[in-house]
Amino acid sequence: MTEAPVAIAPDVYWIGALDPQLRVFDVILKTANGTTYNAYCVRGATGVAVIDTVKAEYADTFFERLEQVARYDEITVIVLNHLEPDHTGALPELMRRAPQARLYISVKAQLMLKGLLKSEDLSYTPVDTGDTVDLGGRTLTFLNTPFLHWPDTQCTYLNEEALLFSGDVFGCHFCDPRLFNDRVGDFRFSFEYYYQHIMRPFREHVRYGLDLIEPLDLKLIAPAHGPILRDTPRAYVQRYRQLAAPLLHNEAADRAKTLVIFYISSYGNTALMALAVRDGAESIDGVRASLYDLQGGEVTPFVDLIEEADGIVFGSPTINGDAVKPIWDLLSSLAVVNIKDKLGAAFGSYGWTGEAVQMLEDRLRGLKLRVPVAGVRVKLIPTGEELARCHEFGKQLAEHLTGRASRRVIDMSELLKEPSHAQG
Amino acid sequence: MPKANVTFEDIGVTVTVPAGTRLIEISEKVGAGITYGCREGECATCMMKIVSGMENMTERSVLEDKVLQENMASRKHRLACQAQVLGGEIVVRPG
Ligand SMILES: Cc1cc2nc3c(=O)[nH]c(=O)nc-3n(C[C@H](O)[C@H](O)[C@H](O)COP(=O)(O)O)c2cc1C
Ligand code: FES
Ligand SMILES: [Fe+2]
Ligand SMILES: [Fe+2]
Repeated sequence: MTEAPVAIAPDVYWIGALDPQLRVFDVILKTANGTTYNAYCVRGATGVAVIDTVKAEYADTFFERLEQVARYDEITVIVLNHLEPDHTGALPELMRRAPQARLYISVKAQLMLKGLLKSEDLSYTPVDTGDTVDLGGRTLTFLNTPFLHWPDTQCTYLNEEALLFSGDVFGCHFCDPRLFNDRVGDFRFSFEYYYQHIMRPFREHVRYGLDLIEPLDLKLIAPAHGPILRDTPRAYVQRYRQLAAPLLHNEAADRAKTLVIFYISSYGNTALMALAVRDGAESIDGVRASLYDLQGGEVTPFVDLIEEADGIVFGSPTINGDAVKPIWDLLSSLAVVNIKDKLGAAFGSYGWTGEAVQMLEDRLRGLKLRVPVAGVRVKLIPTGEELARCHEFGKQLAEHLTGRASRRVIDMSELLKEPSHAQG
Repeated sequence: MPKANVTFEDIGVTVTVPAGTRLIEISEKVGAGITYGCREGECATCMMKIVSGMENMTERSVLEDKVLQENMASRKHRLACQAQVLGGEIVVRPG
């Protein structure tokens, strides 16, 4: 393995590090052949820019490569596309060696930088989309692309080379010293996997970022991990556009809001309730309600379903003082999709204590759903009157989804009573 | 104790609360779509829009002001975990 820098365009060098031993990244991702931390150096007539650094353990190789393409006193600009430690590990040392270099970070990175360097006394330039830095005959233009993958992320475009330093976007955990996408082993699965685990929860932000990236002339995409995309770079942008779109369109467009009801039932009591909730929801125009028995499906497709839904409802009996495991399993698998601000609700049959509904509502609120309608609990077998309450509950949920809920006035003291809603 | 009426536009609920209550305490109980993360005025997850009644809220603290500015918030925005109600009518919504 060579410690030499690699030219990726005239006077533009890869100065990153290979980490072939890594198997688990950020707790949630696996990689079968490691990753790379890609950092770059751009030389202009009057200035030199370093774009991103590497994980702290790899600082030595990074500096070794950097020293072969620039002297520290020549460096005028340090761009941080992303402050996660895998890209800023060598930053403190770089700042010591090149104290004259100016830091360029996104507006949202400011507080994070202070937290990272544990200092309030820092000088840097916060930049936004369209801001530029001149290196003498070479111009860096910034694109503010938040949440790809943290709130602070940005991309940096080298105008004269049509080269996008994209940060985590278009990257993947794949380690191959041949570096370029037309040379390395087959990394397509890694590219897809990385999107699914890192970018998918921020789908709306991906679309926003693509709106900025797509109009650019793109000869080369240089991401912060994995292969440098010089062969058909635009294909990767197009693939992101596909991945960020819903799988299928909602063919029942006249019932534009979708409410998905999941339930589990041992003796059929919660199942009876679920049917009534579904019918209640369907009685409101503009809502497409669907009912699923969680015992008949696996987590992954249900996660896909939830990603597209406007509201999700869980029906669970109380078993040994808790809601049932398949529901918790599903609820603990939603970190890969954006569910914030969706409508959430719970209901269920119980025997004597009936904690499940309240526990599910608390969990839904914890996941940042809005839970405006208090759940229905029924002791053992639901009566006709109790099923009517379930029907009404479904109807109220549908009214909330379609913006037709009636206005209410309540006192805080009612909210502080158990259960945590005023209505019952 | 003085009371305030806080209306959450997204769910159509008005809550009567004692002065001094933080908006996040109300929104999480009532199930409005204002979400939170750190609850300490740092992450800006709880940023919301004051549709009317800004004069019925406490002033921005130095920290809140800084976090709002760094998140490019307008003058109409507040952090629900920081802003407290003083009295009168206040209308809010997520965002
Ligand atoms: C193994 C087992 C444990 C149970 N534990 C509780 C419990 O802790 N608290 C409670 O309220 N009900 C408990 N129940 C009662 C069920 O919640 C009740 O039978 C309910 O009506 C079942 O609804 P289902 O027909 O939809 O499954 C338990 C039932 C079983 C079978
Ligand atoms: S919850 Fe983090 S700023 Fe309010
Ligand atoms: Fe990252
Ligand atoms: Fe990264």
